Amino acid sequence: MVCRLYNINNTMNKIIDFYLSGFKNMSIHSRKLWLIILIKLFILFFILKIFFFPNFLNSKFDTDKEKGDYVIEQLTNN
Amino acid sequence: MEHFDLALVDWSRAQFALTALYHWIFVPLTLGLSFIVAFMHTFYYKTGDEKWKIMTKFWMKLFGINFAIGVATGIILEFEFGLNWSNYSWIVGDIFGAPLAIEGILAFFLESTFIAVMFFGWGRVSKKFHMLSSWFVAFGSNLSALWILIANAWMQNPVGTKFNADTARNEMINFFDVALSPTAVYKFLHTVSQAYIIGALFVISVSAWFILKNRHLLFAKKSILIATVFGLLASIFVAFTGDSSAFDVAQKQPMKLAAMEGLNDGEKNADLYAFGFLNDRTDNLNFKGIRLPSMLSIMAFRDAEAFVPGVNDIVNGNEEQGILSAETRMEKGRIAIQALADYKIAKEKGDTELANSTLKVFETNYSHFGYGYFKNKEDIVPNVPLTFYSFHIMVALGLFFIAFFAWLLYASIKDKLVKNKWILRLSVWSILLGYIATELGWIVAEVGRQPWTIQDLLPVGVSTSHLGIGSVQTTFFMFFALFTVLLIAEIKILMAQIKKGPEEGGSHV
Repeated sequence: MVCRLYNINNTMNKIIDFYLSGFKNMSIHSRKLWLIILIKLFILFFILKIFFFPNFLNSKFDTDKEKGDYVIEQLTNN
Repeated sequence: MEHFDLALVDWSRAQFALTALYHWIFVPLTLGLSFIVAFMHTFYYKTGDEKWKIMTKFWMKLFGINFAIGVATGIILEFEFGLNWSNYSWIVGDIFGAPLAIEGILAFFLESTFIAVMFFGWGRVSKKFHMLSSWFVAFGSNLSALWILIANAWMQNPVGTKFNADTARNEMINFFDVALSPTAVYKFLHTVSQAYIIGALFVISVSAWFILKNRHLLFAKKSILIATVFGLLASIFVAFTGDSSAFDVAQKQPMKLAAMEGLNDGEKNADLYAFGFLNDRTDNLNFKGIRLPSMLSIMAFRDAEAFVPGVNDIVNGNEEQGILSAETRMEKGRIAIQALADYKIAKEKGDTELANSTLKVFETNYSHFGYGYFKNKEDIVPNVPLTFYSFHIMVALGLFFIAFFAWLLYASIKDKLVKNKWILRLSVWSILLGYIATELGWIVAEVGRQPWTIQDLLPVGVSTSHLGIGSVQTTFFMFFALFTVLLIAEIKILMAQIKKGPEEGGSHV
């Protein structure tokens, strides 16, 4: 059991080290690229999603029944 | 559809089109280039030749730049589903949920995991595992596309599902009917194979530039050879899958086919335009040009004698051919809509007998449901000139690519590339032609199916949320700015890396 835990820990450490050293050894161009990715993701998820793109039905209704009733009303009130 | 604001619908539609078209700049390059990198990586693994390693690293770097800039741009489409297209999202939720969930899991595990191994793994994992990671990234990317395209295909051909009148949602009754419908299979094969053409043209374009600049000649020639073989096979495959897609469209979306061919009145032995243009600008259905006899009948029904319905047959009906008129379908659609309203009231009152009878009426007329929202029969006709020109330019470019790749392959094998400056210059710009063809493909698929979000069942106008038009306009221009910045960034970073060339490239992205 202890041996298995040691092996799992060892593997996890290797994976973490693999990623860390990979990021550390990146070129300056690659670092700039990652900066662009992070800025883009920040704009997408923390600005656009939160401030401009709330889920329309989730923001108006709490339950699936309310949402379904609203959509049926939309479909039939034309 | 007076209940829905058409200006809002148009802005929502424009925003979605803008996002989808920009997103599709990044995706096909990822899909196509990933396989070319995997091939090169395999050659390096098999031969141990450092030249293959240099090639793999260089194209992997360019793949990484495109992947990094393009990643998550598709998530914006999901934001738009949730806000702008809430009725639609609710109605299709269960159908989109399963494929998109599988897509998310596959994308996460295959792409996210193996892309790190692919870039960071040089000298740190075994050569075999490293090479396999390139293949996993390629297959992962393409599998992601599969699930998205299955969801799109369902909108064009809604099979394997049942509309639940209590919840207003479509529920999947047979996953395999959804995932393996001919529309889904042809759409996937046609879409990814033309993405392979983009990948091949990109490699050819960059390599041709190197040759014109008299740099990295051996590297460029080898890259062109690999891309040309890949591109030639893909472009021939695209022709077959395109033909199969057109056959499927003829069965499931006859109006789209009529718009693709500018066919006003249906006919037997229908001709296919090899080249055509609008004869009269005041009449959107009056085309003329060079026609291939009976080829449309053959393409649509595999029978030269077959009757191909035109726009007029679908709008006004054709009793002889068993085609219902739009007005008949509009009437049946209104009956279905009223039955849905009556069913809801009966359920609320606890009147089971009335609920059952209205539900039966609804289900009987459900296949015409969406027609009930139209006031004029002509509303079911898409933009014919845009669909016609997009289709024909796309097909012409598709045929050009076969000839182009074949000629390049011949020139590569005979070692005649370096001397042919004009073909090299054409090769540099060929990537733009590839992008024009692939974007036109989406215009054919999406403009041609208007006015439907779900074929015959849900018109675009009924799919949108009740929002202020100002908010949609604001986000339209925000997306336009964001995507333009990303595109400029991508081009600048790619150009910088290309100018550095293969030898000078570092090992990591």
